[in-house]
Amino acid sequence: MLTIKNLHASVEEGQEILKGLNLEVKAGEVHAIMGPNGSGKSTLASVLAGKDGYEVTEGSVDFDGVDLLDLEAEDRAKEGMFLAFQYPVEIPGVSNVNFLRTAMNEIREYRNEDKMSAKDFLAKVKEASNLVELDNKLASRAVNVGFSGGEKKRNEIFQMAMLEPKLAILDETDSGLDIDALRIVSEGVNKLRSKDNAVILITHYQRLLEYIKPDFVHVLSAGKIIKTGGKELALELEEKGYDWINEEIAQ
Amino acid sequence: MELVLDNKVLEFVSDFKKPETISKVRKQALDALNGMDFPTTRVEDWKYTRVGKYVKKKYKQVQATANVEDYTIADLNAHQLVFVNGYYDESLSTIKEDDAISVHKIEELDEEYYSDIVDGTSENVFSLINKAYQTGGVFIQVKKNKKANFPIHFLHVLEGEEVIANARHFVHMETGSKAEVVATYHSNNSENSFTNVVLEGHVESNASLTINKLQSEAKNVFHISNELFVQDESSNFLINTITTGALMTRNGLEVIVEGENCHTEMNGAYLGTEKQHMDNHTLIDQLYSNCTSSESYKGVMDGKSVGVFNGKVIVRQDAQKIAAYQSNKNILLSKTASVNSKPELEIYADDVRCSHGSTIGELDEDAIFYLRARGISAASAKQLLVAGFIGDVLDKVENEALRTNIDELFLNDFGWKF
Ligand SMILES: Nc1ncnc2c1ncn2[C@@H]1O[C@H](COP(=O)(O)OP(=O)(O)OP(=O)(O)O)[C@@H](O)[C@H]1O
Ligand SMILES: [Mg+2]
Repeated sequence: MLTIKNLHASVEEGQEILKGLNLEVKAGEVHAIMGPNGSGKSTLASVLAGKDGYEVTEGSVDFDGVDLLDLEAEDRAKEGMFLAFQYPVEIPGVSNVNFLRTAMNEIREYRNEDKMSAKDFLAKVKEASNLVELDNKLASRAVNVGFSGGEKKRNEIFQMAMLEPKLAILDETDSGLDIDALRIVSEGVNKLRSKDNAVILITHYQRLLEYIKPDFVHVLSAGKIIKTGGKELALELEEKGYDWINEEIAQ
Repeated sequence: MELVLDNKVLEFVSDFKKPETISKVRKQALDALNGMDFPTTRVEDWKYTRVGKYVKKKYKQVQATANVEDYTIADLNAHQLVFVNGYYDESLSTIKEDDAISVHKIEELDEEYYSDIVDGTSENVFSLINKAYQTGGVFIQVKKNKKANFPIHFLHVLEGEEVIANARHFVHMETGSKAEVVATYHSNNSENSFTNVVLEGHVESNASLTINKLQSEAKNVFHISNELFVQDESSNFLINTITTGALMTRNGLEVIVEGENCHTEMNGAYLGTEKQHMDNHTLIDQLYSNCTSSESYKGVMDGKSVGVFNGKVIVRQDAQKIAAYQSNKNILLSKTASVNSKPELEIYADDVRCSHGSTIGELDEDAIFYLRARGISAASAKQLLVAGFIGDVLDKVENEALRTNIDELFLNDFGWKF
């Protein structure tokens, strides 16, 4: 589904953040990406989602046969890419459901599908908010304005449930969630999984991976994936930190 | 004759029809105009609005007819009073059966009563030109303790090129009465024409007046309005001013609060594109205690447009326990648009709660990306953000038919959906 080859990306000021990253994600899989602060995890998510301000200097990204890097951010979403933000943005005056209606209509138009009826849309809002136990009131409030940290994260997964992406990248969705919320949101994500979609989990904590079982765990350090393993790697990282990997590589 | 040519104001009015009867108000205005000049940008109140090139042109006062159906508001269900080029056109107007109001020509307004109401208020050269040379307008009486059964729609049309429309209106809200005025301004084939309107009123005790003003004239006309309202105790006054039209707009709005327990509310939305210039000048003068006022103006400026906001609240020495809130927020959609914002508080009393602030910014890039990451095009994302920004001001227009009309205007003019 997603093939990243030798990806190099810099910020506009010139500093290189991603330094030759390779990753292959197949339909039905869950990949976890862990790594120290500042290693480039969110940058990878931003570059994949099409945020301005990054320059890809080398490498390629294939998303189900299309050259992802060639598409505008909105078209990537229309092709089925979803990013749950590490820091969801507050948008005063724009209601959650209103903007999701606009999004779904534009996505459907792109895919030559019929508009969703108002009734079906509302039914879906209800279903999706139940999935992550997002208060109904929050669904109709201005996007993330006055939401608690945890509510913002739930809202991201609520939007994922509305948009049903092929590939979802969840950037530290677990941080800021209380213990119950973590379980609820994880169960929500699990319910959205199928053999046709895939999930990339960016996280610092192995706890999330107990709920959403990854097929692969990658360590991203200084802009590169330096180690890949199974879910047991996450346990090892939790115990030993990251330094030993560099030592292992040095040997 | 040479003297006439020397004075720009006299030159400006030299082709205007001399009124047949010189009423007291006209006489006073004519006298005051003598020796007056047009403001330059050296005058503080006109610092950011240059009128020189508009007042150098000559305009004619000509009666015309208009295609009113183009401008009527569906489902507004209002008394519709039509003014074409500043002339009141009764044949195009529809006054419904309504025991709460009476509609008169402006000449029927009692001059003693009027002089008393406006005594001590300030005039400028444009309001004086209007009062000296007005060609028509209405005086509305909303009767004591009655609520107007329909909104009152003042429908203004500029028809033809190089025309000046000097309509003058007065709304008298008697004690305990309630009404809504909708004032709209339109134009047709009216390059280099000029709307110079005066709208005044008196809101007596316990009365409540709402005005919704929508100006969507073509971007090749000039619009100067002078609005003055006097509030007596325990009255309510609300005005929403929405401006999308004209090349140059100057909305001058003053409310004199002459009694306790009043509430005054002013909201404005201005949306400029191309080379439009939009100036909102407001004044709330609090003379008595225990009053509240709230003012919120928002601007969205694109292209090379220029916005000006100057809002002043004066709290006089004897006016205690006043709560006055004022805010002006602006978004610039292009690097070449600009706004000059100057909120002013002048407080002479000691027990008051006032706040004011102004912001000028751009659309939040992170918010645009957030929306795009959900599949929304950059254009729609901007539109959603603009709508989200200005929406709360538009929500102050409670009249649903008018609101629908405004939404349609925004959709047609800017492609913005709300
Ligand atoms: N727009 C930018 N301008 C300058 N530096 C940037 C920019 N974006 C990211 N960086 C830098 O790139 C590096 C990687 O940042 P990134 O946010 O991708 O880290 P991360 O792995 O997600 O970290 P964390 O675990 O703390 O979320 C950091 O050093 C960061 O300061
Ligand atoms: Mg990060």
